[in-house]
Amino acid sequence: MRRLVLMSCATVMLLCGASTWAQDTPGSAAPVTPAAAPAASAAAPAPADKPKTVEERLAAVEALAKAANDSVSENALNTGDNAWVLVSSALVLLMTLPGLALFYGGLVRKRNVLSTMMQSLMIACLVSLLWAFIGYSIAFGPGATETVDKKDDQGHVLKDDKGVVQTETKALPSASFWGGFSYACLDHVITDSSRTKVELSTDKDGKVSIKTPPGALVPGAYAPYCASINHGTYMLFQLMFAIITPALICGAYAERMKFSAMCLFSSLWLILVYCPLAHMVWGENGFFNWNFPAVKSAAFDFAGGTVVHISSGVAALMTALFLGKRKGYPHTPMMPHNLTLSFTGAMLLWVGWFGFNAGSALQANGLAVIAFANTHFATAAAAIGWPLAEWIFRGKPTVLGAISGAIAGLVAVTPASGFVTPMGAIALGFVAGVLCFTSAGVMKHRLGYDDALDAFGVHAIGGMWGAIATGIFFSIDTNPAIQSANPDLYISIVNGTTSVVLGQAKAVLVAVILSAVGSSIILAAIKYTLGLRVTKEQEDEGLDLSQHGEEGYVLSG
Amino acid sequence: MKMIEAIIQPSKLEAVKESLNEVEVVRLTISDVQGFGRQKGHTEIYRGHEYTVNLLRKVKLQIAVNDEFVEPTVNAIIKAGRTGEEGKVGDGKIFIMPLQDCIRIRTGERGPEAI
Repeated sequence: MRRLVLMSCATVMLLCGASTWAQDTPGSAAPVTPAAAPAASAAAPAPADKPKTVEERLAAVEALAKAANDSVSENALNTGDNAWVLVSSALVLLMTLPGLALFYGGLVRKRNVLSTMMQSLMIACLVSLLWAFIGYSIAFGPGATETVDKKDDQGHVLKDDKGVVQTETKALPSASFWGGFSYACLDHVITDSSRTKVELSTDKDGKVSIKTPPGALVPGAYAPYCASINHGTYMLFQLMFAIITPALICGAYAERMKFSAMCLFSSLWLILVYCPLAHMVWGENGFFNWNFPAVKSAAFDFAGGTVVHISSGVAALMTALFLGKRKGYPHTPMMPHNLTLSFTGAMLLWVGWFGFNAGSALQANGLAVIAFANTHFATAAAAIGWPLAEWIFRGKPTVLGAISGAIAGLVAVTPASGFVTPMGAIALGFVAGVLCFTSAGVMKHRLGYDDALDAFGVHAIGGMWGAIATGIFFSIDTNPAIQSANPDLYISIVNGTTSVVLGQAKAVLVAVILSAVGSSIILAAIKYTLGLRVTKEQEDEGLDLSQHGEEGYVLSG
Repeated sequence: MKMIEAIIQPSKLEAVKESLNEVEVVRLTISDVQGFGRQKGHTEIYRGHEYTVNLLRKVKLQIAVNDEFVEPTVNAIIKAGRTGEEGKVGDGKIFIMPLQDCIRIRTGERGPEAI
């Protein structure tokens, strides 16, 4: 054992010595010293007639690396990236089915467990179909464009050699908010309608030959979103986000909303609130999308703090206000009926969230590693913060507090995961845990609204903190994409002319207003037509029996 | 014949069963019940919302016995069902009721024979 330790010490010392030497040599162009020569020649035997300096070798290696790098970006599609994002998509679905269904299912009373799980499932199915028909197109289409004459800096119209006026395509202002219908029914995404059908031709001798149309059956990458994965992969990944967002709102209206009204609300909300907001933050030509240099007001939302959590959390508050309190709230005890289900669901959410955040790098690269690490460390800190606050202020650290803290941390680190360092993420997560303990445990009771499972208290409050904290803990070189995609923005942030926190606050405000107004209009429309709430008798009986004719737990059998 | 119903602390079930076994009472029915009495309740906190839980979990034993078994059964339950030497509020109660008849379903026997 001692020998082993000694050996490793010696190795470390050797390595240190070697690196000091390496630092000394570059620039001095000294010939390779005899001591280091055997190792170097073993790695890359140099031609005997032409001894090379270390500098020359280094240049050769760098050139090789650069060539390899260039060839990667030229061969756009990357199977590793594609695989990672497809797996991430499945992980994000795991968050809703069964993660969220179990988490929420355990938190309601026994008589509503099935109806709560059913809400997650039906939202997943409805959103999937809507997404394929028009949802993806509205959120991620390029929006309305116009063709204009190309002009130079002095305003002269540019012409080519033959005197033909050159034109370019420009996005109209509406393209900042609405993606349009060019990808409806997944055209140009999973299939391509411009690809003509296979034709058979018969020559003079009566020999039949097949004429295969040009182009691929499944479209390849779409560079504005990600150059190394299929456009279809990106669409699927985004679909899973679109599923969980309306499903999160269930937490506020649980135990009292009509099934039919729930289906209608979720569908309308997806099209009128989620899709435009997703377009603004992530879509091509989107209002806040910093990936496009023409952006007016950059906001940094790595994986959906504003789009997913603030929007759903604020909509949740609106549903709670429009529906009113559950019968008997807050005097009748409404304890979670099965915290073991909730525990299982919450921990599945944690696992699935790695797809949500680290998958949002869209490549299996270093950025994905950073996002993965930030997600994990922030969550661990938050899952300590909430029960610790309980321990201090209420006497005991509860299990529900710990799992709620984990969710709060995941929510808060979502926008930050690709823009901060793990130490920032830990601070951000811990604060999120304590803050959401306050919003769900104190603020809600003071204000008196019945957000049944704290969708507002955790997702909106945690989401807002996360968005602002992304600005506070912003570490610009964490995400190399900022510099490469938008150098002007990068420079203005570094020299201090652009305030990240201010930009974040602006995006938060827009998300809050859009979601509050959009949700209110939809809720009001449903309230005065279909009706939002079940009858008092149905509420007493429980939604499982009254809406679905089943019970989650039966005595005999 | 008597029907003995005892409400006891859930944690004492194993001890009471053993104690009954010692006096050769080996037929009983057990159910989970909830109730309240002098013991009052306790508070539970879920996300900062405090609930007073005054329905406490207890275990109910139902034992049908012939008359000569009544006292040994009662003593066995008292001996094993007490918390500590002195016993505590919440240790439960024993009720003794007259039993009109008893029928063994398998054979159709009636009365003390069937117990």
